Amino acid sequence: MVAFAGWSLPVQYSGTLAEHAAARTQAALFDVSHMGQVSLAGADAARVLERLVPGDIAGLPPGRQLYTLFLNDAGGIMDDLMVANDGDRLFLVVNAACAAADIAHLRAHLDGVTVHEDRALLALQGPKAAEVLARLAPEAAAMRFMDVAMLAIGGAACWVSRSGYTGEDGYEVSIPAADAEHVAELLLAEPETAPAGLAARDTLRLEAGLCLYGNDIDATTTPIEAGLGWAIGRRRRAALDFPGGAIIAEQIAHGPPRRRVGLRPEGRAPARAGTAIVDGEGEAAGTITSGTVSPTLGTPICIGYVRADLAPDSTSLGLMIRGHRHPALVARMPFVPHRYAR
Amino acid sequence: MADTRFTTDHEWVRLEDDGTLTVGITDYAQDALGDIVFVELPEVDREVAEGESCATVESTKAASDIYAPASGRIAEINELVVEDPGLINRDAQGEAWFWRMEPADGFDFESLMDEEAYQALLETL
Repeated sequence: MVAFAGWSLPVQYSGTLAEHAAARTQAALFDVSHMGQVSLAGADAARVLERLVPGDIAGLPPGRQLYTLFLNDAGGIMDDLMVANDGDRLFLVVNAACAAADIAHLRAHLDGVTVHEDRALLALQGPKAAEVLARLAPEAAAMRFMDVAMLAIGGAACWVSRSGYTGEDGYEVSIPAADAEHVAELLLAEPETAPAGLAARDTLRLEAGLCLYGNDIDATTTPIEAGLGWAIGRRRRAALDFPGGAIIAEQIAHGPPRRRVGLRPEGRAPARAGTAIVDGEGEAAGTITSGTVSPTLGTPICIGYVRADLAPDSTSLGLMIRGHRHPALVARMPFVPHRYAR
Repeated sequence: MADTRFTTDHEWVRLEDDGTLTVGITDYAQDALGDIVFVELPEVDREVAEGESCATVESTKAASDIYAPASGRIAEINELVVEDPGLINRDAQGEAWFWRMEPADGFDFESLMDEEAYQALLETL
């Protein structure tokens, strides 16, 4: 267990590599109850939320979820979040470390903000996740990637989305806190399911090329620099009616000064966050923001920002690890293919 | 029979019959580190000072420095743990030794903790 943002979090159970393998081959259950769960009521909620994020919230159909970003006036990312349309309200999942600031930000613009501190959040991830959940809630099988639904699991009223943070098929399940242990036990009783901690969640998301807020994106990075331009809705891109719109439009038109890229170091040494990236002449080229040894590939992988001219695939760069230059190539992400149930 | 002693940095140090030291990390250390995925060992013939960082171990959780328990010359390194870092998790105090070294004159093996003292240290953690 480790302390994080006021929570005590499970880092590992049987071991990170075994838990990682469970998510890639079977099903892994993560307790991510530290994440902030917020709902927005009111007919105006979508329109008002659009003042804070670049996603097409007004165009989000009932029963669907999207990934979006709270932006500041410089186009920097204040947090990344999921927004689901539950019909009569919007349901948001935000990062724990940003939750207090996000809620204050929402309340400054919206009435009808409810924080669901009384709900736990579990993520069931892996190629067997659908089979496992369907035994307990048959309706889960018909859901597609980024669908949301209210399902009864073991008698508990759960808000379920078919999504996750591993690159695998799976679900995130919001559960009344009083029922969470019971639902977790039901899921863990299925033979395919193993409990997994946040260390495995990190290696899984890194292989999937997904950003960790605070590492790979923060208030100084724009969606265009971060390669998250796809999270800007088409209508929103035309209207530019979100914070930092002018700066983001300029970066779309002329390119950003730096870009988030995947990097594959030669050799075995992993480059961790903060490692300096140098170009062919040894000049500063950027910084690693996340890195590990990929349990699936058995080789080091990392994410970092480099000068835009160095961002094309297969560009040769150097990583300064403990004073030595280690060659690395810019590599396409995800490092391990996504397997979403689209 | 070779005597094995321990450091407060959770390394084991075995005094071989020829006077060299074999160094590795303890079972406690491998368990605390979690799954080990990378090891960098010192170069053979490198002269190291007691307390100097001369190897790096990285687990899925973190990177850790491994320190020289004595001043001296690195005589041999264990390529097996470089090729298969998971060996450290499986056999930390056996096959997964890190390096052998010739200690400098004046090294006092008895100054390291014996098994009993090390177990006592673990009980305080």
